[in-house]
Amino acid sequence: MPDSDRKDNDSAAWRQSLDAYRAALACGFPQVGEVFDDCMHDALTVLSPAGVSAYLDTGRFLGGMGRGVEPVLTFLEEWPPIARTLGEEALPAIAATIRELSKSPNAKAITPFLQTLAAVARRLPSRPQIQRYLDLTLEFAARTTGSIHGIHQTFASPGLPEFFAQAPTLLDNLAIAGLRTWVDYGIRNYHQHPERQRDYFSLRSADSRAVLQRERHGTLLVDHERLLDLYLRALWHDSAQLVPYPTDGEQSPPATPYYDAGGIRLPDVLDEQHGVSAIDCYRAMLAHIAGHRRWSQPMFADNISPMQRLAVEVFEDSRIEALVLRRYPGLRRTFLALHPAPVEGDCDPQNTSCLRHRLAMLSRALLDAAHGYHDAELRKFVGHFHETMAAGDSSSEEIATLALAYIARTRCQSDQLAKVHFADTEIAYRDDNRHLWRFHERSDDEEMFDEHRPTAEVAEPDRLPPRHYPEWDYQSESYRPDWVSLYESLHPAGNAADIDRLLEKHAALARRLKRLLDLLKPQEKQRIRYQEDGSELDLDVAIRSLIDFKGGATADPRINMSHRSSGRNLAVFLLLDLSQSLADKVKLASGGEQSILELSQEAVSLLAWSIEQLGDPFAIAGFHSDTRHDVRYLHLKGYSERWGDLVKGRLAAMQAGYSTRMGAAMRHAAHYLAAQKAEKKLLLVLTDGQPADVDVHDDRLLIEDARKSVEELDQQGIFSYCISLDRKADEYVSDIFGRRYSVIDRVERLPERLPELFMALTR
Amino acid sequence: MTDKTQFMVVDEPFYQQQGNEVALYEAAYAARLPVMVKGPTGCGKSRFIEYMAWKLGRPLITVACNEDMTASDLVGRYLLEADGTRWLDGPLTTAARIGAICYLDEVVEARQDTTVVIHPLTDHRRTLPLDKKGELIRAHADFQLVISYNPGYQSLMKDLKQSTKQRFTAFDFDYPEAALETAIVVSESGIDQATAAQLISIGAAARRLKGHGLDEGISTRLLVYAATLIKGGVDARDACRMALVRPITDDRDIRDTLDHAIEATFAQAS
Repeated sequence: MPDSDRKDNDSAAWRQSLDAYRAALACGFPQVGEVFDDCMHDALTVLSPAGVSAYLDTGRFLGGMGRGVEPVLTFLEEWPPIARTLGEEALPAIAATIRELSKSPNAKAITPFLQTLAAVARRLPSRPQIQRYLDLTLEFAARTTGSIHGIHQTFASPGLPEFFAQAPTLLDNLAIAGLRTWVDYGIRNYHQHPERQRDYFSLRSADSRAVLQRERHGTLLVDHERLLDLYLRALWHDSAQLVPYPTDGEQSPPATPYYDAGGIRLPDVLDEQHGVSAIDCYRAMLAHIAGHRRWSQPMFADNISPMQRLAVEVFEDSRIEALVLRRYPGLRRTFLALHPAPVEGDCDPQNTSCLRHRLAMLSRALLDAAHGYHDAELRKFVGHFHETMAAGDSSSEEIATLALAYIARTRCQSDQLAKVHFADTEIAYRDDNRHLWRFHERSDDEEMFDEHRPTAEVAEPDRLPPRHYPEWDYQSESYRPDWVSLYESLHPAGNAADIDRLLEKHAALARRLKRLLDLLKPQEKQRIRYQEDGSELDLDVAIRSLIDFKGGATADPRINMSHRSSGRNLAVFLLLDLSQSLADKVKLASGGEQSILELSQEAVSLLAWSIEQLGDPFAIAGFHSDTRHDVRYLHLKGYSERWGDLVKGRLAAMQAGYSTRMGAAMRHAAHYLAAQKAEKKLLLVLTDGQPADVDVHDDRLLIEDARKSVEELDQQGIFSYCISLDRKADEYVSDIFGRRYSVIDRVERLPERLPELFMALTR
Repeated sequence: MTDKTQFMVVDEPFYQQQGNEVALYEAAYAARLPVMVKGPTGCGKSRFIEYMAWKLGRPLITVACNEDMTASDLVGRYLLEADGTRWLDGPLTTAARIGAICYLDEVVEARQDTTVVIHPLTDHRRTLPLDKKGELIRAHADFQLVISYNPGYQSLMKDLKQSTKQRFTAFDFDYPEAALETAIVVSESGIDQATAAQLISIGAAARRLKGHGLDEGISTRLLVYAATLIKGGVDARDACRMALVRPITDDRDIRDTLDHAIEATFAQAS
């Protein structure tokens, strides 16, 4: 507050009214007294008399709430600026929210709520918007506050304070609707895990970031990677890995694009800027970087001061752009739109370091012939620059000499000042030029970007790294990104003779199957008509030709036809559910009992034998799961493996255990099946129960996910078919597979039913 | 005897030599060696053969091959007529009789059994047996067989047999160097050098995408089309989009990239 004002007000009348306000606040905390003066002064400039009394009322309520001094202190300080953005009429709604929170166990969250409210208000500067934020807040509190015996709410919401702390950051990246989705996701998945809930809402967990990424506005790099890759190839004859870096506002200063041996780093998301579409911004960045890669030569930086380096970089950037524009003059419009146009005289050299401003002006002038700057030195160097460039491509070395001359000519004392003029000097599409400098000596005061620090090798268990698959969440109608980790490994081998023994047992059945198989073997013939020479006369064509002939026209001699046999063009994948329930025993009609596992082994062996006879490409894999972090996918037979002892051995070692997370396994199997070159692709799923896992409490969730994965498979042209051994399967299996399933009620007949079913399907 | 003159190339076709291919072809013709010309679509294969026929003063019989083509379509067949049958020579037979250059364009398109009938014409025998007619034609001393073959888009199913390939001498054509291609576009369409150079740079951009979603780059022929449109008064950017981009791709990303290349190459002012 300006001192002069205070003097004016420092009268008895002011003191008196202040005391009256203080009495109205009725709050005895000494800390309040320290700031009350300033707060009231601020409040009086913004608020109407009615507004002031409402302000004090709310303050009184917060002070009398019995939660210490912080809530009231925060409110007194924060409200005037908020009222300036939203208008004082917003207070009742906010006060109501505070009252609501104070009645719940979440009163501790009031302070964080008030602390970031001003920042939130700046991002949601209208009352309807802030109302939606308040509604979301209350809904959040209601849904995450714990209760004992389901009657009274007793535990405070763990995520709420974290959420308030993150709200400004979140709103930087999300619209209010996106924020709601993000919150909704967190509550639904973590409302029973206080720790994970806190991680989620403080943006520490991976999926929290992933969902944020999905909901944010702007153009994502990952969605346009191919487009940009094509751009780089087509226009620049260059290719590099495009690596996104996060731009979630947590980094300061914001990172700029750069490239190194690992690829070209670009921001992960961009919005339209200055009328240039995000994709064109990306292209401008790539054009600039591609120009450097083509035309820049690195220099040694040891003898050059940081300021000189800055100047060299600006000159070099301008040289690169001049060369880029020489090739692609159409890019000038984009560059001009993205390049800031610093106003001459904006920076006062008396008390501010103007170096950046000066160089930005120069850079603008080098790009824009109609720059209109008057500075003589600047105009002179623009002339020098163009002369240098007129001779050819010039070089980094030559342009650096020019830059050093410019710095020498324009240096002034104030360049050393700590107060630097930054406005309009950031050129966002340019990279940070780290590639331009080499150091004789290792610098110890700067980060060494290129240095590779050895990291301790973590001994990985002997399996492939996981593949991540999304899972469908039917309630929000969206995928949970990278939700399931699937580990693929080779099934341990057992004794192949066991399987041979099982096959021998079914020798009679095998003979019967053989007859069926012979009928199925490829023999369809395709007719090729209109042949001059062929195996048979095509009567239709022959008659037509004869009519032509009799009518006096030239007859068509292509009156024969021939045949071509077309084989079965079918790839099959058998996916086995190896969950614990497979160990159950069933009573056999002949007396005695047998485990479903053993029956499955017999059935799969017979099926594999049958398919081998037919010659269709065929693969087998099993799966079981132990939470979403460990879905195991066991490879039994690949397409290139023959049905031999190796495969039989693996089949013999099959064991039952854990749960059934079907969706991820189907997606993984589909990725093998999709790679097969066949007209028809068939995925057979053999299961004995409904999809379930120990970390999922909602029965529908995995069923819906499996249904979704069947839909995905359909889109890839894969026909999925389920063979269920669960008598109660009718309740859910049709939800997953539609009408493409069979339930085998008498499990002991599985060995004969499975090959029969397969043959019926592929007849 | 068939009228030879109808197959003569009367006016000199424009052909810009890329290397010493004209001299090499003349040498091959002098020895009557069969010739195969390979190269991507629209790079000037057919134009080269036409030019050579004109230069050597030989009649040229061109057959565009397709997958329905049978051996009889090349060799000839009996036609049924009211009073019996009449033999009609196919183009290959005609060429062998009159001593023409027979050019089988895109020969891989023809069914494999069809290509076999050319075998006896392409080795020391230089004969063509007409099974149905019971005649053995000895090729005219001036006869030469030329095939063209585009290795770019062939599928696994479509490839020439080794036994066919090994009967030919071959020229490998590609799109000409930028300067040469500019000269070709200028001379074919009559636009100015600078615009032609810009067109060539767009063409070069597209050719770099081959294998990344494009089966074939922008051909010289398409560049000439674009130049012709520009010459006719069409805005350069519209002409490029129409002649260079829309024909070759339906892939959205590639179309966007090439459109951007056009925007970037032609400054707004043009």
